[in-house]
Amino acid sequence: MIGLSDYLLLSAILFAISVAGIIINRKNVITLLMCIELMLLAVNTNFIAFAHFLDDIAGQVFVFFILTVAAAEAAIGLAIIVVLFRNRATIDVEQLNQLKG
Amino acid sequence: MTDSMNLAFITSEIFLLVAICVIMIVDLYQRDKERMLTFALTQITLLVLFIIDFNQLSQERVIAFSGHWVNDHLSGILKLSIYAISFIALFYARPFISHRNLMRGEYYMLTLFSILGMMVMVSANSFLTVYLGLELLSLSLYALVALQRDSKLASESAVKYFVMGGLASGFLLYGISLIYGASGSLIITEVANHYQETPFGLIGKFGLVFIVIGLAFKFGAVPFHMWLPDIYHGSPSSITAFIASVPKVAAFGMTVRLLVEAFGQSVSEWSTMLLIVALLSVAFGNVIAVSQSNLKRLLAYSAIAHIGYFLLGIVPGTAASYSAAMYYIIVYALMTLAGFGIVIFMSSENHEYQKITDLRGLGRYHPWYGLMFSIVMVSLAGIPPFIGFWPKLEIFRHLVINGYVLEAVIAIAFSVVGLFYYLKVIKEMFFAESADSPAITSSRSLKIAVSVNCILLVIFGLMPDNIYQYCLQAFQIAG
Repeated sequence: MIGLSDYLLLSAILFAISVAGIIINRKNVITLLMCIELMLLAVNTNFIAFAHFLDDIAGQVFVFFILTVAAAEAAIGLAIIVVLFRNRATIDVEQLNQLKG
Repeated sequence: MTDSMNLAFITSEIFLLVAICVIMIVDLYQRDKERMLTFALTQITLLVLFIIDFNQLSQERVIAFSGHWVNDHLSGILKLSIYAISFIALFYARPFISHRNLMRGEYYMLTLFSILGMMVMVSANSFLTVYLGLELLSLSLYALVALQRDSKLASESAVKYFVMGGLASGFLLYGISLIYGASGSLIITEVANHYQETPFGLIGKFGLVFIVIGLAFKFGAVPFHMWLPDIYHGSPSSITAFIASVPKVAAFGMTVRLLVEAFGQSVSEWSTMLLIVALLSVAFGNVIAVSQSNLKRLLAYSAIAHIGYFLLGIVPGTAASYSAAMYYIIVYALMTLAGFGIVIFMSSENHEYQKITDLRGLGRYHPWYGLMFSIVMVSLAGIPPFIGFWPKLEIFRHLVINGYVLEAVIAIAFSVVGLFYYLKVIKEMFFAESADSPAITSSRSLKIAVSVNCILLVIFGLMPDNIYQYCLQAFQIAG
C-alpha cells in the first residue's frame, strides 16, 4: 500500500529537482521552462495525494486550474523566448548578462 | 449563504472584464496611430471603476461564492488605490510609448488585465482565488515587459522576470498545497479556524515557510531580490513605473490574505522569518543603492529597501501595525511612480536619460522641475514634512510599542544611509557644475502629470491623516 508520505516524498523530490534545475542550469532557457513545469507538476502531485487521502474534491479542482494556468504560462514563456531569440540569435542562459550592476 | 452566487458582489470585476472586451474590439477598428480613443476609454473605465467601488465602500464584510470571495473595507480601499495609481501611470505612459513604437492596443489591454488580476487578488478569500488573481497579474506583466520586441534589454529582462516569477509562483503553490494537506481546506477563513484549534504540525510549518518564501520572491525582498534591479532596468520606463508601483499594493493585499487572515492566530510562527527578510532588505537595498549610477537601478534598490520597511510593519502582528504597513505601501506606490515619472519625463524621442549625471544642471536651468524631482527624492528618503516620513514614523512607532526596539534602531540607521543616495541625486541637479542643461522635450500633458503627482506628495505630506484614516478603517480601527 502506497501511503501519503510516499507521495509527499515523491513530490518533494520532484520539486527539489526543478529548483536545482533552475539554479544550476547554465545552458538553455528552454530547460528553465521545463523546470518550471516540473515544479507545477510536483505541486499537482501534492494536491492529488492530499485530495485523495483527505477525501476532499477541492484539491483535485485546484489541479485543473493549475494545469490550465501552466498551459497559458508555457505559451507566454515560449513567446518571450522567441522574442529573445530574434534579438539575440541565441537562447543561452550565460549570454543573458547585459543587465548588471 | 443563500446568496452566495450573487453577482452583485463582483460588479466592478465584471464591469472591467466587459470594458476590456469592448476596448479590444474598438481598438481593432482604429486607424488612429495615437490610439486616442483606446486611451480615453481605458481612463474612463478606471474612473467608472473608482466611482463604483467608492460607493460600495461602506459595506460590511461579505463572503460570497462558497467562501472563495470576500468584499470588505480592506479590498475596497486597496482597489481604489490600485485604480488611482494606474490612472496616473497610464498618463505617464502615453507620450513615452508613442515615441517608442509601443503605442499599440495591447499595452492598454494588458494593463487592464493586470488590474483585473490585482482586483481578484485583493478580494480573494481562498488560496485558489489568490493563485488565479496572481497568475492573471503576472502573465500580463510578463507580456507587458516583452512588449518592446526590438529591444535586447527588454527581452532579456522579460525572460528573467518570467523565470523568477514562475519560480516564485511555484514556491507559493507548493506552500499552499502543504497547507491544504495540513488543514484540509482551501478557504482562508476555514484554515484560520483550523489553526485556532490545533497547533502547527510539521507539514503546516513547511507550508508556511514556502508561502513566506513565495511572497518574499514576489516582493523582491532580500535574499530573493536578484531579479528586481534587472527587471526595473531592462523594461521600458513606463512599464517599470507600472510594475514598481501598482502590483506592490496588490501584493500587500495578498500578504494580508495569506499570512494575516489565514495564520493571524499564530503570528509568532511567521513573524521571525519576515523580520529577518525585512532587516536584510533594508540593509542590502540601502547599501547597494549607494553605488548605483543608473537612476532606474537606484530606484530598484531603493524599492528593495522600502519593501523591507514595509515588511517591518507587518512583523509586529497587530491590526494597527498592518494599517501602518498599508499606509506605507500606498504612499510608496505614489512616490515610486513619481520617481519613475522623472525617468520618463527626462526621456526624449531617441534618448533615454537614465544616468544620474544626465540630470546635471536641471535644477539651475529648469528650477520648477528640479524642485519637483527634489520633492520626490526627499519624500522617498522620508524627511518630514514630506509624505514619505509619516508612514515610516508609524511603522517605527509600532515596532517600538511591540518591543522590537533594536530592530527599529537598525532600520533607522540604514534609512540614514539611504538619505545619502537620494541627496546625491539632488546634488547633481542643483550643485554640480554644468555648462548646459538636459533639454526637456516632453509633452505638456506629461509636464502636468509630473507636477500634479509631485504636488500631491506635498499635499498628502502636509495632511497625512487623509490616507491613514482609510487604512485604519480597513482594519476596523476607529481613527
